[in-house]
Amino acid sequence: MPTFRQKVEAQVPALRRYARALTRDRDNADDLVQDTLVRALRSEHLFQGDDVRGWLYTILTNLNRNRLRSLARRPPLMPIEDNDAPDFAGPESGSRDISRALGQLANEQRETLLLVVLEGLSYREVATIQGVPIGTVMSRLARARQQIRAYLDGERPALRRVK
Amino acid sequence: MTTSDSPVQEDELHAFVDGELPPERREFVAAWLTANPEQAVLVAGWQAQAEAIRVRYGSVSDEPVPAKLKLEALLRGERNGRWRWLAGAAAAALVAFFVGGAAGWMAASAAAPASSGSLTADALEAHRLYVVEMRHPVEVPGSERAHMTQWLSKRLGYQQRIPDLQTLGLTLVGGRLLPGPSGAAAFYMYEGRGGERFTLYCAKAMKPDSAPRFKVGANYAAYTWIDGKAAYVLSGPDDRDRLKQVSEAVYDQVNKPPANM
Repeated sequence: MPTFRQKVEAQVPALRRYARALTRDRDNADDLVQDTLVRALRSEHLFQGDDVRGWLYTILTNLNRNRLRSLARRPPLMPIEDNDAPDFAGPESGSRDISRALGQLANEQRETLLLVVLEGLSYREVATIQGVPIGTVMSRLARARQQIRAYLDGERPALRRVK
Repeated sequence: MTTSDSPVQEDELHAFVDGELPPERREFVAAWLTANPEQAVLVAGWQAQAEAIRVRYGSVSDEPVPAKLKLEALLRGERNGRWRWLAGAAAAALVAFFVGGAAGWMAASAAAPASSGSLTADALEAHRLYVVEMRHPVEVPGSERAHMTQWLSKRLGYQQRIPDLQTLGLTLVGGRLLPGPSGAAAFYMYEGRGGERFTLYCAKAMKPDSAPRFKVGANYAAYTWIDGKAAYVLSGPDDRDRLKQVSEAVYDQVNKPPANM
């Protein structure tokens, strides 16, 4: 029976993957994972149940929201460079596009899409992590996919499809 | 696009792509798609998106985990009591730097230049900008410590404690007010007998708390930590032992009495 810490440790590679795609920046991503782990280890006594994985994704998702909120509080003239610019790691030509496309999404939509397609979580698990009903997960997913498609097709985001 | 009387709704198409349908329904939708090419194209597009995301980011989980994310290192940092912020995780970060290779921070900064949203990036930029300044490195000279404390406390909105690093051979050159990602930031400069300069960048923390990190740039290095509502970045020459010694002194002094604001 793996201990709590072993369960946490086993998730680190996946957390890094999720964080990298969420932030599209290696440094920010690993900082986020480090903060997540520190938080998790500190709150071990608060953890109940057995879904360590979902719990870690929840912490990371929330810490990233905090990070984005503080970025948004910056004075408007400050950001000269886009901190969320695509990172350097992608030599393959198509990869920049999907990275940029992710960058266009509202954060909640990006979370949903990544948790589902990259992390392979079920809609129900994602709903728990994001603290919303499954219906919201599905509509975020639909909007995310629609926007990515529009972006990759070079459409203007203003073209909205009415469902 | 599915219509409201279609036997398969768009929600189900997403569920189909994501493996959320029960097997018999899955077969039904698959068969329906062969008869509805327009929907099939839509679904194929979503599958291609998912594949592109997995191709782009899937391999991150195969990368070796950097030492700074090893639990032993983080736990060691947690257990070190008063000094846990710097000692433990700084060691871990150092190991990360040597073992994990410079890949992490240096590579990231090389390709994604100074992000002004990052407190550390702002601090390092300020360090780089002002340590070479001979005539006007600061706005307020170190001789006016009391005035500077009052001024910057007011501007930052919390009590400043400007560390005295004389015992380490560092004299306060002075300080200045800078724009930072979270609002005003205070920037203090110290100088050693050999002319080496250290700078301390203080700003309101944007995150609740964070383990300390050690970062290395081209000709300088920095410790950064967040403690309560304040974030600190101590930058100086790339001499880890010295930097750690100075960081410890700063840490002790800014945290000594309980914050009175």
